[in-house]
Amino acid sequence: MKTDELITMLASGANAVEPHALRRRYALALGWGAFGTTLLMTILLGVRPDLAAAAQLPMFWVKLAFPAALAAGALLATVRLSRPGVRLGRVPAAMAAPVLAVWLLAAVVLLGAAPAERPQLVYGDTWVYCPIIIAALSVPLFGALLWAMKGLAPTRLVLAGASAGLLAGAGGALIYALHCTEITAPFLGIWYVLGMSIPAAVGAAIGPWVLRW
Amino acid sequence: MSASEDRLKDLLVRALAGDAPAYHAFLQELSAHLRAFLRGRLSRLPDEVEDLVQETLLAVHNQRHTYDAGQPLTAWIHAIARYKLVDLLRRRAGRDALNDPLDDEIEVFAASDTAADDARRDLAKLLERLPDRQRLPIIHMKLQGLSVIEAARMTGMSEAAIKVGVHRGLKALAAMIRDER
Repeated sequence: MKTDELITMLASGANAVEPHALRRRYALALGWGAFGTTLLMTILLGVRPDLAAAAQLPMFWVKLAFPAALAAGALLATVRLSRPGVRLGRVPAAMAAPVLAVWLLAAVVLLGAAPAERPQLVYGDTWVYCPIIIAALSVPLFGALLWAMKGLAPTRLVLAGASAGLLAGAGGALIYALHCTEITAPFLGIWYVLGMSIPAAVGAAIGPWVLRW
Repeated sequence: MSASEDRLKDLLVRALAGDAPAYHAFLQELSAHLRAFLRGRLSRLPDEVEDLVQETLLAVHNQRHTYDAGQPLTAWIHAIARYKLVDLLRRRAGRDALNDPLDDEIEVFAASDTAADDARRDLAKLLERLPDRQRLPIIHMKLQGLSVIEAARMTGMSEAAIKVGVHRGLKALAAMIRDER
């Protein structure tokens, strides 16, 4: 087939393209993914029984705001990485900001605490499973996001995979925060960050293979 | 921006709204720019140029829903062409050197070359390997120029299945090209 014939073939009967294809795809993926992650959490763990009491504590809201802010940045990055030729601009800085803020808070808390209290602030009671559970809860979101991205056109596949993974991880952490009773900044800054990093690392590793087009 | 950029962008925006003649003109002009751009970068692999022009055109077509009219067309086209170029070079890694594909995106529309060599890979042959539910819609709609309704009548498929068949068939074609090398 000559190139001119290919062009005629591609143009023949080409109809209008849906203008908001990207937005619709991500809305669908986030909707189904969040549903799956919430369902998984409800079945496996359940919401903490003292949620109403916990909601009185400012740190509870920090624990929700932190993954939410990271998810917002990661969503922006994911959307930009899905279109060829769109630069990330300041998005990486916007993603680093909530992490740095939590680390700063953690440093203040640790420095202000008595040495004997510090291990409890860092490890809490659940540090062993927290990262694993966050990573596990992110799976439905991660799958849905990879599906959405696969139908678009990422050209930087390692970054694109990492960004989708981080978004899924932040979503998983956000949902998990409704179950988890840990409430210290050092705990968030280490174990939540680690938990969200697992799907991001997996995404970076499988991106070039899964997202190719 | 250059005159080419403005004209091509205008054509593409109309094409995305359903103007098939504008789309034909867009692809025609784009192919000449792609050929010049890729020839410059594949000087050691001249035989690959026309194949890659075709592969990139197919990619532009399959991914055209990712173009945002607020975005410079040069950046979008350059990123797609570079992606396909790097993909090709990676598959042949070690055997051939490349002439810096990581260049400035302004260059995509800088030159134009309408002298097409013959492609080595025959897309018509690849098309024959598609399953009927994808191959027949493409043949009737895209090669014979029938409407969706006529193609549906010819094949006994539903109109929705015809549209899906064309869409998935062209994506499958791109995947076959990608995996054959």
